[in-house]
Amino acid sequence: MQLILDHVDHVYEEGTQMARKALSDICLTIPKGQFVGIIGHTGSGKSTLIQHMNGLLKPTSGHIYFEGEDIAEKDYDRKKLRSKVGLVFQYPEHQLFEIDVFTDVCFGPKNLGLDKKEVQLRAFNALRKVGLPEDLYYQSPFDLSGGQKRRVAIAGVLAMEPEVLILDEPTAGLDPKGREEILRQIKSLQKETGMTILLVSHSMEDVAEYVDRIIVMNRGSILYDDVPRKVFQHYRELEEVGLAAPQVTYIMHALRERGLPVDADATTIREAADEICRAYGIA
Amino acid sequence: MIRDITLGQYYQVESTIHRLDPRVKLGGTLLFIISLFLFHNWLGYLIAAIGLCSVIALSRVPFKFMVRGMKSILFLLLITVAFNLFLTPGTALVTIWKITITIEGVKTALTMAARLTMLIIGSSIMTLTTTPNNLTDGLERMMRPLKVVKVPVHEVAMMMSIALRFIPILLEETDKIMKAQLARGADFESGNIFRRAKAMVPILVPLFISAFRRANDLAMAMEARCYRGGDGRTKMKPLIYSRADYMAWGCIVLYLVISIVLGRIAF
Repeated sequence: MQLILDHVDHVYEEGTQMARKALSDICLTIPKGQFVGIIGHTGSGKSTLIQHMNGLLKPTSGHIYFEGEDIAEKDYDRKKLRSKVGLVFQYPEHQLFEIDVFTDVCFGPKNLGLDKKEVQLRAFNALRKVGLPEDLYYQSPFDLSGGQKRRVAIAGVLAMEPEVLILDEPTAGLDPKGREEILRQIKSLQKETGMTILLVSHSMEDVAEYVDRIIVMNRGSILYDDVPRKVFQHYRELEEVGLAAPQVTYIMHALRERGLPVDADATTIREAADEICRAYGIA
Repeated sequence: MIRDITLGQYYQVESTIHRLDPRVKLGGTLLFIISLFLFHNWLGYLIAAIGLCSVIALSRVPFKFMVRGMKSILFLLLITVAFNLFLTPGTALVTIWKITITIEGVKTALTMAARLTMLIIGSSIMTLTTTPNNLTDGLERMMRPLKVVKVPVHEVAMMMSIALRFIPILLEETDKIMKAQLARGADFESGNIFRRAKAMVPILVPLFISAFRRANDLAMAMEARCYRGGDGRTKMKPLIYSRADYMAWGCIVLYLVISIVLGRIAF
């Protein structure tokens, strides 16, 4: 297991009037190479959870292990941890600051103390992986479009060549086309490099098609943790916590109730279409 | 880390001090600060400390919370104390190598430290117990006479309330950006002062950009709601003095008289 969270609790502003419990008793194990979706309503503790995984926040109680080592240990090298567990924050384009795109992407690997050649090679590779057109590499990051800025920011983390990549709502505020492009690129990244990926989102639709496993968060604890089709079976309970299953789930369940013998577990539009065809005997 | 700065932040709790009219708190704080500079002996400082402590107790803001705000000015405090301690001429107390500490130096250093500490705590009580909106309301009201000499009182108050409102927002933003850059391997803590100053660039540039963006959005939102300055603008909650406010003014005047009379006696 690459990443283990053992009974993690987190309380914000502990000891003051404003103390709020953000996480309670989180137990998770994440194996290498898995593509995990973390879903929850606003304020369910998703962002707090992922900030624990690269040591930006310390658990109030409980332990976190990365590759068998407790990251809260005093002599643990947290800077090294951050190069292995890459975290892309929400609206990551707000962190861009350099004069051109390429230099900005170099910031991460440069902080790792690599030599100049290696830094530039990594930056170049990262920019290629996120599919940014080459003629933009030496433009000011502030002149790019929203989607392009987002790619540059993701490249900034990728350039550190992390083993685990965590993305906090990477599609927030993008149009449907930009959303799909980014998600598809993340998926192919996982296939190519075998990287472990954690994708935080509040949209089931976004996640259903790409992930191997879904973790549903509600009020600071884990509600469900299973493969997508199993999680979506609880679509009624999901609604109660302000989430929804993908629309195909509703259609499939409705069809089933009307007497069409379909398997209601389809999670993507393609699966659903195949299933309906099968039910009608059109292969 | 960044949340430790309490200077200029409101602490929400129900208390007598919180309920007071902002004008009383503003005037009281101002008079308290002036009084600190009028004392000639330690008795004055003692009375000021007693006054301050009773206000702290009444405000029900945890003392711990106030002291946390002091951390940010600790450096300034230390420099002031050091300068006064080593550079005041007078009767020598101790001499080590070329450095002389004088009796006068010790005295001034102590008074300066007491003054600064009480000044900061005194003014942070005001901001901790008054919402920014209330505070600027009070200011606007108190400065109203200046309108006669064409001072744009309302506009100044509006600018102040916006500035105050943005403190927590920008703090949060700074925290976010800091974390994002930490996640990219940035290091803000090691190295000498120049390296550390340089390490601030990845925080400052995005912070400025976001501040401009927010200012732009805010201006747009205000215009969309037909904001056009103070002329003819009414208040939703006009400030009215209550009995408690008059009593508070009484206490402030009483404090001022006692502390100045006793604080200026030459021993």
